[in-house]
Amino acid sequence: MKNYNIQDALFYTKEHEWVKIDGSHATVGVSDYAQDLLTDVVFVELPNVGKEVKQFGQACVVESVKSVSDVYSPVSGKVTEINKDLESAPELINNDPYGKGWIYKLEGVNESEKSNLMDATKYKEFIAGLAH
Amino acid sequence: MQTIFEKSVTGRSACQIQKPMSEETELKEFRLTLDLPELSELDIVRHYTALSKRAFGVDDGFYPLGSCTMKYNPKINELACNLEGFTQSHPLDETENMQGTLEVIYSTQEYLKEVTGFTGLTLEPTAGAHGELTALMMIKAYHLDRNDTKRKKILIPDSAHGTNPASAAMCGFECIEIPSDKDGYVDLAKLSELVNDETAGLMLTIPNTVGLFDKNILEISKILHEKGALLYMDGANLNAILGIVKPAEMGVDLMHINLHKTFSTPHGGGGPGGGFVGCVKDLEAYLPAQRVVKDGDNFKLDSNFPKSIGRVRAFFSNFGVIVRAYTYMLSLGKEGTQRIGRYATLNANYIRVKLSQYYNLPHKVNCMHEVVFNDEVQAQYGVSTMDIAKRLLDFKYHPPTIYFPLIVHGALMIEPTETESKQTMDEFIDVMIQIAHEAKASPQMLHDAPHTTVVKRVDAVKAARNPVIVCNMCCS
Repeated sequence: MKNYNIQDALFYTKEHEWVKIDGSHATVGVSDYAQDLLTDVVFVELPNVGKEVKQFGQACVVESVKSVSDVYSPVSGKVTEINKDLESAPELINNDPYGKGWIYKLEGVNESEKSNLMDATKYKEFIAGLAH
Repeated sequence: MQTIFEKSVTGRSACQIQKPMSEETELKEFRLTLDLPELSELDIVRHYTALSKRAFGVDDGFYPLGSCTMKYNPKINELACNLEGFTQSHPLDETENMQGTLEVIYSTQEYLKEVTGFTGLTLEPTAGAHGELTALMMIKAYHLDRNDTKRKKILIPDSAHGTNPASAAMCGFECIEIPSDKDGYVDLAKLSELVNDETAGLMLTIPNTVGLFDKNILEISKILHEKGALLYMDGANLNAILGIVKPAEMGVDLMHINLHKTFSTPHGGGGPGGGFVGCVKDLEAYLPAQRVVKDGDNFKLDSNFPKSIGRVRAFFSNFGVIVRAYTYMLSLGKEGTQRIGRYATLNANYIRVKLSQYYNLPHKVNCMHEVVFNDEVQAQYGVSTMDIAKRLLDFKYHPPTIYFPLIVHGALMIEPTETESKQTMDEFIDVMIQIAHEAKASPQMLHDAPHTTVVKRVDAVKAARNPVIVCNMCCS
């Protein structure tokens, strides 16, 4: 089992997205585990600004050499900003999944949805338990 | 190697067209506007002969591409489909002039019904995914015909071929994924939980893509049928059970059959293929419209099926593929057909056992026609499935399927098929063992593989991130 970088301040889904919740705003990306599993990301189909996403609903698509995967939104909200840098540099998701590799930002987030997500400790246990 | 455009020399041509001067000039001028390569006949012959020597197919060597059933295609198939009666037959001819052609279509249909246990069958779809779509359209028509309008969900196991969810989405269904249990089978508890009055059906590959026969198949079909849902079988892996199990008897309602896999018709390069669909009595009404039926001693075409989903292909599908498959069926007979699955399974298990000390087996049970290893052992030396596959090219083997199924990390899926001899497999096994040793001793050499091919390791990531899709010769 590799040592994955799991950041403490974030919340995680079973599909390996992370979310940073800041009041009614949130930033979403995929975890270090996800980027490792995906292998080299070659294309990101970003959501449209203004799109309403539901918790665990499909938000956008990440394509690697190996596969095309849906990204499910960890929380509900309205997309306010997308990471345009990913259009020309999709590798940011591999190189810096929690920083420059963020995918989209939301507003109108209900913090109570956190209860459906895993914190860092639980997420670490979750990926340790996955057959590898 | 230069492309045929780069070899072009202005003014050179392979033939002279005998036409009056004025027309010839016109043709020449027209040709010049087309940017076609200009070469002599000899240049062209040498160009394509050189290309053909760089290609690789089953006729060149071992091709254990899992899930694709790259078996040998007997040459007698070619002989049969090149008979003048077939090559000169025209689909718009009067039916009395093409009785032989229709008889072959009818007989192929009847043979396939016999080996699958289905009562209805269409020979129209021309590829596996085309068959999937046809079957899903039939499922939709079946439910709607019963005024059961709520069934908009199709269940698909996480080990499925990617075409399954694609076909279902194309047909307007919502796809729901069913997880596999730790042994690689459908999780029955989860299935029971997910099947309800909104479920149109389940798409199941048998044996599945991990090379396992789902021992719970009768339970699976029961769970579905009790809730009014249908069981569709993806027949991509039919080769493993042909002549041994009739899918209809396992509770399968409809399935597609890949003639270009199981019935030894050529594949690769996108076709032509055959993805015929068989079904049980209750679904027959919805089969594609044009059917070949027997009328006394004669054969005729019948399109009068009001509930049919309509035609999914013009004329008689890929007729050459039907003749080849029919020839294969007749060559093998009943006993021969029953040996296919047994030998395919034996060969895969032989490789499984011989390589199990060197490569990790995620599912440590007997497999069917294909065996899935992964790179867990080699990963400790930094060597990946990709490195192993690329190194195999140095030994003139087509690599196995890699990184599929997705539920196995670093999957290496080997399907030897029944047509390979023990000697061929032993040579392959020796090479695989050598590569396992190399992974430990000289990982860098594997990262740099292949070493002996015309094209060395290609940068797939760069190609996907920065595709150059403009050709320098004509689009600049």
